[in-house]
Amino acid sequence: MAGKTLFDKIWDAHVVRAEADGTTLLYIDRQLVHEVTSPQAFEGLKLAGRTPRRPAATLAVPDHNVPTTDRKLPIADQISAKQIRTLEDNCRDFGITYFGMDDIRQGVVHVIGPEQGFTLPGTTIVCGDSHTSTHGAFGALAFGIGTSEVEHVLATQCLVQKRPKTMEIRVEGTLSDRCSAKDIILAIIGKIGTAGGTGYVIEYTGSAIRALSMEGRMTLCNMSIEGGARAGLVAPDEKTIAYLKERPLVPKKDMFEQAVQAWQRLTTDLDAKYDATVSLQAEDIAPQVSWGTSPGMVLGVDQKIPDPRTMSDANTKSATERALTYMGLSPNTPITDIAIDRVFIGSCTNSRIEDLRLAASLAKGKRVAKSVHAMVVPGSGLVKQQAEAEGLDHVFREAGFEWREAGCSMCLAMNADVLQPGERCASTSNRNFEGRQGAGGRTHLVSPAMAVAAAIEGHFVDIRHWS
Amino acid sequence: MEPFTLLTGLVAPLDLINVDTDQIIPKQFLKTIKRTGLREGLFFDWRKKKDGSPDPEFFLNQPRYQSALILLTRDNFGCGSSREHAPWALLDQGFRCIIAPSFADIFYNNCFQNGILPVVLKADEVLALMKHAVGTEGYRLTVDLGSQTVTSPEKTTYRFEIDPFRKDCLYRGLDSIGLTLQHEPEITAYESRRKTDAPWLFSDIHS
Ligand code: SF4
Repeated sequence: MAGKTLFDKIWDAHVVRAEADGTTLLYIDRQLVHEVTSPQAFEGLKLAGRTPRRPAATLAVPDHNVPTTDRKLPIADQISAKQIRTLEDNCRDFGITYFGMDDIRQGVVHVIGPEQGFTLPGTTIVCGDSHTSTHGAFGALAFGIGTSEVEHVLATQCLVQKRPKTMEIRVEGTLSDRCSAKDIILAIIGKIGTAGGTGYVIEYTGSAIRALSMEGRMTLCNMSIEGGARAGLVAPDEKTIAYLKERPLVPKKDMFEQAVQAWQRLTTDLDAKYDATVSLQAEDIAPQVSWGTSPGMVLGVDQKIPDPRTMSDANTKSATERALTYMGLSPNTPITDIAIDRVFIGSCTNSRIEDLRLAASLAKGKRVAKSVHAMVVPGSGLVKQQAEAEGLDHVFREAGFEWREAGCSMCLAMNADVLQPGERCASTSNRNFEGRQGAGGRTHLVSPAMAVAAAIEGHFVDIRHWS
Repeated sequence: MEPFTLLTGLVAPLDLINVDTDQIIPKQFLKTIKRTGLREGLFFDWRKKKDGSPDPEFFLNQPRYQSALILLTRDNFGCGSSREHAPWALLDQGFRCIIAPSFADIFYNNCFQNGILPVVLKADEVLALMKHAVGTEGYRLTVDLGSQTVTSPEKTTYRFEIDPFRKDCLYRGLDSIGLTLQHEPEITAYESRRKTDAPWLFSDIHS
């Protein structure tokens, strides 16, 4: 019998029931819930007279709507306030653990899951949010679902699923100086396209992936969805175990030892086969900058804006023209000539302590350009606390960055942090769709290091040669 | 959920690839706690010109597509966020069927939860239909879930594939939670097996 991939092992351990046609009732170990995609699910439960099957398997937090300014003030937006209150009420009514806005543990749902040790290797994790793929960094099968499925999992702790295919993305070698996980994943999406992973679960392998910290692996898995895959996986190893040990919700003592033994078996067997394989060499990856309105429209910082006139495929050509018009860019402009107005360091892609440490180390002793408005939004209250304990907030403030409270903030601009029409932003988030950060706003996806350098210079720079 | 069996309806063409859920329904409409009334947010940013007035060029602003039941579009429709507000808004506008060469996974799932049939046809078939839908006022298609076919006024029939379980649920308008709950004893049996194999997954997370 052929060996199993990491994905196969997790999937097989969660099959409650499988029909002859492959339709599977899959057990879901854990669910994360936020305010935007859950009210209708709870309402559905109430209308049907149902209750959550395992309230203790669910963790809820408001993040998308929360203001990142002074938390002691009431939320100015009444509709946002109501949505957050609704989550709070639902959690109380149904006995679900809830980290409220005044709780230091509050933060972006995909930051707090790992931070609390709610995310564990070998588990199935869902959330009504496409970036649930983040949790795959721990070797968990984690994917985003719609609100009806949120309700389904609350009521049954299961989901009806068809087995996806598996794709290995192997990255070997050593990254260039100051390049990071964000550059790897952007380069991958540039290579496979935004639908390249559709129908697949990706497992990231190779020496460049093993060398990443847990934070880096989260950044990587986070954007699997931008490549079309619902889930990304990295096999757990010593780094995973070291990260999890002593986290509040991780099993303790003997139970921890027992869990670790099981986690160590979570690797792809040598004789296992993937349905597809893609390879990249880390040395070839330059710092990445997206130039268009889809994450696949991305290039190395040393490149020029593409020219639609040279394109033969009619679809690519018209999509490029449309994107360049929206982005206000001309063909053949060197990326380093693009001047920016705003910088956003934050989001579930890049707002963890490691991201902030790196950003602060580059910002230290420098000044944000006069033409730029830059802000740093930590991923959680605990990340913020840690950063402040290390004095990172001072570094940022002194360099002219705003230092905010935790939340999704300008990643999707549902709260008050919004780009104005035509404003151009270097952002460490994950989506550059039209209007994502505010109607008419223009987003360039970059790593935290690239964002800091752009803030200081007022335009993109190649951080490999920047001092 | 309303069953989907046979539908004959007006087609509205949206000739764009990679239409993401941020475009289908922008974030300001996600603050609702209801599933209904989302029509006003559908393609909100695309419906207006820069000065805020309605854009007469945009397909859904044209009188000829007002009562469309079928949305015809291009590759990777519904990519991006998992927001179910996207199918809710499309349904609120009147769409019961979306035809495209490919869909993003989560959006595709979300359609079935709401009585919308996503139909995957070949890229060249979609292009051919697109031409007709743009060129012929009042262009209507018949979508038959039972026989898994789309039939055009030119009497061309296109066959599409669909997962049998999903087809059955949609055809009969079944409550999927109710279906899963029929397997409750198996869920319980799974949980007790799992408590032995991986007891750490059952320690209480309340803190
Ligand atoms: S930070 Fe952005 S991508 Fe992440 S959960 Fe929040 S809104 Fe979604």
